[in-house]
Amino acid sequence: MSEEFKIEIVNPEKSFLVKDDVSEVVVPAYEGEMGILKDHISIISFLKPGIIKILSKSGDESYYIEDGIVEFKNNNLSILTSSIFNIADMDKSKQQDLLKQAEEESGKEEISDQSKYLIDQKIEVLKTLN
Amino acid sequence: MASLDDLKKRIASVKSTQKITKAMKMVAAAKLRKAQESAEKGRPYSEKMNNVILNLSSGISDKENAPKLLSGTGNNKFHLCVVMTSDRGLCGGFNSNIIKKAKSYFSKILSEGKELKIITVGSKGNDQLKRMYGDKIIENISFKESKNANYFDADKVGKIVIDKFENNEFDICTIFYNQFKNVITQIPQAQQIIPLNSEDSEENTLEESYEFEPDEDEILSNLLPKNISTQIFKAMLENSASEQGSRMSAMDNATRNAGEMVDKLTIQYNRSRQAAITKELIEIISGAESL
Repeated sequence: MSEEFKIEIVNPEKSFLVKDDVSEVVVPAYEGEMGILKDHISIISFLKPGIIKILSKSGDESYYIEDGIVEFKNNNLSILTSSIFNIADMDKSKQQDLLKQAEEESGKEEISDQSKYLIDQKIEVLKTLN
Repeated sequence: MASLDDLKKRIASVKSTQKITKAMKMVAAAKLRKAQESAEKGRPYSEKMNNVILNLSSGISDKENAPKLLSGTGNNKFHLCVVMTSDRGLCGGFNSNIIKKAKSYFSKILSEGKELKIITVGSKGNDQLKRMYGDKIIENISFKESKNANYFDADKVGKIVIDKFENNEFDICTIFYNQFKNVITQIPQAQQIIPLNSEDSEENTLEESYEFEPDEDEILSNLLPKNISTQIFKAMLENSASEQGSRMSAMDNATRNAGEMVDKLTIQYNRSRQAAITKELIEIISGAESL
């Protein structure tokens, strides 16, 4: 029996990634990391900055993500996000750029606690990548 | 009557205009393909987003306390209109069609005694609206530097709209844009984005039970602002495809008209040249006869 399900990642510009031989996905959900296997209950949640790990037959992949919504239904996992980067394609300078941006933003005074929290999260994740 | 020289000059100038319009048509056709492609590629995102929101709003337990972006403020005194046009001209009726649609909506609102606020996206819309509604325009956004419609820009507009909503500056927000149907038809659209139109959601409420993490309200209040940006982005994509399509057909017409004009001028030129020759001949013959 196959233990595989389908994943689709879309960003506003295009359909970013479609795979149908995925065995497990780990997403940075709002209340902590969440591993999704086949026949998971239908769920909607949103994501905080972090790393998506996709384990599949054709190889494992990880992506850095800044925000998004995850929906799982009938063994279809859809992730909507506006900013996603493949970690394999990401070089040091790109990471540094993102980090610098995030740090600048967190330095601003008028941001709300919630966005401050998200940005701090972002900085932490980016630091672990380096 | 124009002299032969003048005619010659005019023919040359019309021909060079024709060359320009032809080139513009070609450029628009190439850009159109790209714009159309990205409009199609962008569709899954907004569709999925819509689906999730439908699922969420149908599952929401407490309608009274639903986020304001979904249910509205309860008033409809202040209307915000986001008019999305292009930054460049020479694209036929593209901008005027949006403006026409927007203006008829404006006068309807004003005649009902409501307050109107306008945000223009794209400089052409601002140019056309500022004469009549100059005092109503509160913001003018233009993305002349960015080549293609991108989500980053849409998000900027979305954030402005949401900021204003949170400051209670308006109750209802409508966006105006051209929907791309095909190269020769673009339909000006008025779409209400705040509060979200629940009419179309009723027909496909899904009987799917979801687990929510965290709860519905929190997801919704996080998702709805994103949806605004997504809707604006969709409108931008549709608009840019429409703009190129409209420009292409306008330039096609212009090229054809220039061709007709060249033909007409050429006939005129040939006739007057022939007339001059005949006249000279008559003069020579009558001169010879008189000898």
